[in-house]
Amino acid sequence: MSTSSAASHGHGHGHGGGMSLGHFISTYVFSKDHKMIGLQFLFTTLLWFIVGGLLALGIRWQLAYPWDDMPVIGGRLFSAEGGQISPEFYTTLFTMHATVMIFFVIIPILSGAFGNYLIPLMIGADDMAFPTLNMLSYWFLWPAFICIGISFLSPPHGAGDGWTSYPPLSSVESAAPASGMPQTWWLIGVTLVGISSMMGSVNYMTTIIQMRAPGLSMFRLPLTIWGMFITAILQAFALPVLTAGGFMQVLDRVIGTGFFVPEGLVVNNADALSGGGQPLLWQHLFWFYSHPAVYIMILPAMGMVSDILSCFARKPIFGYKPMVYSISGIAGLGFIVWGHHMFVSGMNPMLGMTFMVSTMMIALPSAVKVFNWLGTIWGGKIEFTTPMLFALSFISMFVIGGLSGIFMAATSVDIFIHDTYYIVAHFHYVLFCGTAMAVLGAIYFWFPKMFGRSMNETAGKWHFFLTFVFMNGTFYLMHLLGAVGFPRRLADPYHYETFKHLQPMNQFITWCAIGMVAVQIIFAINFFYSIFYGPKVGRNPWRANGLEWFAPSPPVGHGNFDAQPIVYRGPYEYGSPEVDTDFYPQTQPPPDGVQPSDDSH
Amino acid sequence: MGRFWSLLFLLVPVLGVAVFVFAVVPGGVFDNHWLPEDISQHGKVIDDLFMFILYLTGAIFIGTGAALFWFCWKYDAEKNPEPVKYSHGSHTLEIIWSILPAATLLFISISQMDAWAENKMAYPTKANGEKKPALALVTGRQFGWRIQYAGPDEVIGTEDDLHVVNELHIPVNEEIVLRIQTEDVLHSFFLPNVRIKQDVVPGMQQHLWFQTKKTGTYDIVCAELCGWGHYKMRGRLIVESEDDFKAWYASAVQEQNRTSLNADSDD
Repeated sequence: MSTSSAASHGHGHGHGGGMSLGHFISTYVFSKDHKMIGLQFLFTTLLWFIVGGLLALGIRWQLAYPWDDMPVIGGRLFSAEGGQISPEFYTTLFTMHATVMIFFVIIPILSGAFGNYLIPLMIGADDMAFPTLNMLSYWFLWPAFICIGISFLSPPHGAGDGWTSYPPLSSVESAAPASGMPQTWWLIGVTLVGISSMMGSVNYMTTIIQMRAPGLSMFRLPLTIWGMFITAILQAFALPVLTAGGFMQVLDRVIGTGFFVPEGLVVNNADALSGGGQPLLWQHLFWFYSHPAVYIMILPAMGMVSDILSCFARKPIFGYKPMVYSISGIAGLGFIVWGHHMFVSGMNPMLGMTFMVSTMMIALPSAVKVFNWLGTIWGGKIEFTTPMLFALSFISMFVIGGLSGIFMAATSVDIFIHDTYYIVAHFHYVLFCGTAMAVLGAIYFWFPKMFGRSMNETAGKWHFFLTFVFMNGTFYLMHLLGAVGFPRRLADPYHYETFKHLQPMNQFITWCAIGMVAVQIIFAINFFYSIFYGPKVGRNPWRANGLEWFAPSPPVGHGNFDAQPIVYRGPYEYGSPEVDTDFYPQTQPPPDGVQPSDDSH
Repeated sequence: MGRFWSLLFLLVPVLGVAVFVFAVVPGGVFDNHWLPEDISQHGKVIDDLFMFILYLTGAIFIGTGAALFWFCWKYDAEKNPEPVKYSHGSHTLEIIWSILPAATLLFISISQMDAWAENKMAYPTKANGEKKPALALVTGRQFGWRIQYAGPDEVIGTEDDLHVVNELHIPVNEEIVLRIQTEDVLHSFFLPNVRIKQDVVPGMQQHLWFQTKKTGTYDIVCAELCGWGHYKMRGRLIVESEDDFKAWYASAVQEQNRTSLNADSDD
């Protein structure tokens, strides 16, 4: 970041004179500027992305070469076990991989980083409605990090009851080595992340409803903002349930309330002290949040992909209103499908049928979105820039992740593939090949706005190509593993006759995963190099229409814009016959004699 | 470069379909990397549904993949001289591509309900309408399966029960009812070759039923995380002819009586 941009992030009182410590803290640490908070979220979550990726490699190593000494680092990490991963630590690996990726990467990078950075800019506002609350939403992540850190440090090093934390395993201390202190700290940590998200979501809703620039009606909002808006609503309504559930489980553990622990349980020869609860209750509470959370983890990505696609197809988004309705439809239906995680849980099978139908129906708005994206690039003039490649791959990959969901939605098929690698393949296609790729594309796309410089295109394309190849090598074959019935969360599946022959395929997957993590180095170098030495760009390097491109790059400190943006149309007027250029910014007044149309979506 | 990227996206459906074809067709590169042998009566319905959904989704996968490739190829800005089609969408198309998937999804939903009901709701009855009693009680426990057959008094849960660990013997060609439960945490009773999976929940009594059509030894897998030793919670399903089953039962009862000191503390 250049010094000029650093100064531009400062508060008014910081101008003139050298940079004092107080100024440094209010600019970079406890900043109330949505852009700085967004960047704080971005850098923090990218760091956690590395942690989550390395945890995944630990899982992959064990599945490829169970009980083999881990090369190079094994001796240091697992000296007690002579360099191999212990079965206890394996449970920690997959628990923490999921926890980190979901709670510390995907949710905060979408809502926290991009939500914060983009919402005020894309709606033409000076800042968020509640800047202090916004600052707190970032800083409430840190107690969560500390709790997870303590969870890692207290023996036996990390929670290991799965990110789903199903009781009684997670509620009764004698159930597993990791069910002691690490589990309590894990629960508190996750609950704190929820508080952070909740502060964000209140802010996003208020900001989007109240602070849009003149002329920016709801149906002129970019789909990114629609995605963020609906996500904020989902968070506001679903999160309290997880928070309540989390507290109940903490109480079960700490003072023995017995919400989730049934009567007369003897686990590992020790009495569970409390009783009178029901383990399935936790699953309902947990999934009542965590299924909508799946959409929290994809809707903003879908929005950003829509914006990128339209920009580089040089063509209006196809079916803007159907897109908005399908985002809303996904969110609405998202509240009544949680039971599909519980088809074989012992839940009333009749209820399973109901959830099956609602789950099938949620595929519909997703399908509508895919068709509209295809419609968007149809008949365009496609520029294959790095962000566009990531956005196109999102369509291609999301189709796989969406379609494989239909198998699991069918209750009777789910009997067989439930908790196998089929589901692992499914959600990685949605969350990694979908959301994470969209996020990478979004970083390439909005990087010039964030730092006033652009990232290297050649390195970006190599990064895209190698990631795309390795990630399909990693996740696609997992469908086949799942078809054999290969279960998740097994430290050593090969002592089952049924799965013995699957080890070579797992080794191939592991090497692809290692490759996938390794090529992210290209991205890291490109990212940091470009912050300091990338070519400088003007306000609108992509010739895009959105309001964020009306602001300087990077936008001026508090206030974002150097002139009040006034909105005349929607953000997707590419190739409009009204003007000679192939784009038509939202802020550009219509030429004389042309009446501004009201719903030029 | 647009040509290159278009072809890369074309590779997704091409290789994607190829991987599945090699897995489904026996003897290919991915031989045995597909649904494991099915020895149950009801499994065919589940497998057929799986294949039906596979063909259906496969068609959509190929269709959307091909469209993505073709649009990238044809509308590449470097190669395409035509102006952009300035369009905001099509009402007709939206209707079509909403109704078609909706109908398809509804059809899948309805067509698989029977299999589900059969598997989870249709508790088997005897000729006189009474509920069929369970052949055995299976209890999950960190980290193994304890199996309990009725003794000579034909009631499970009495003194003379036959106790076995991690080995479930059943007669072939007969409808089997099992009562399953857990002593400690959640487990999931998964028989890959019988297409059966049921989580066992503390405090709940559950039943499952199936009929096998082939003798042999198969895996019992725990499919729900139950602690650090989850991976080793392996049992065996031994499907025998009726005579073999009776012979095994008789000898096992005899064996247990001989060593009855250990009968109830065999963990």
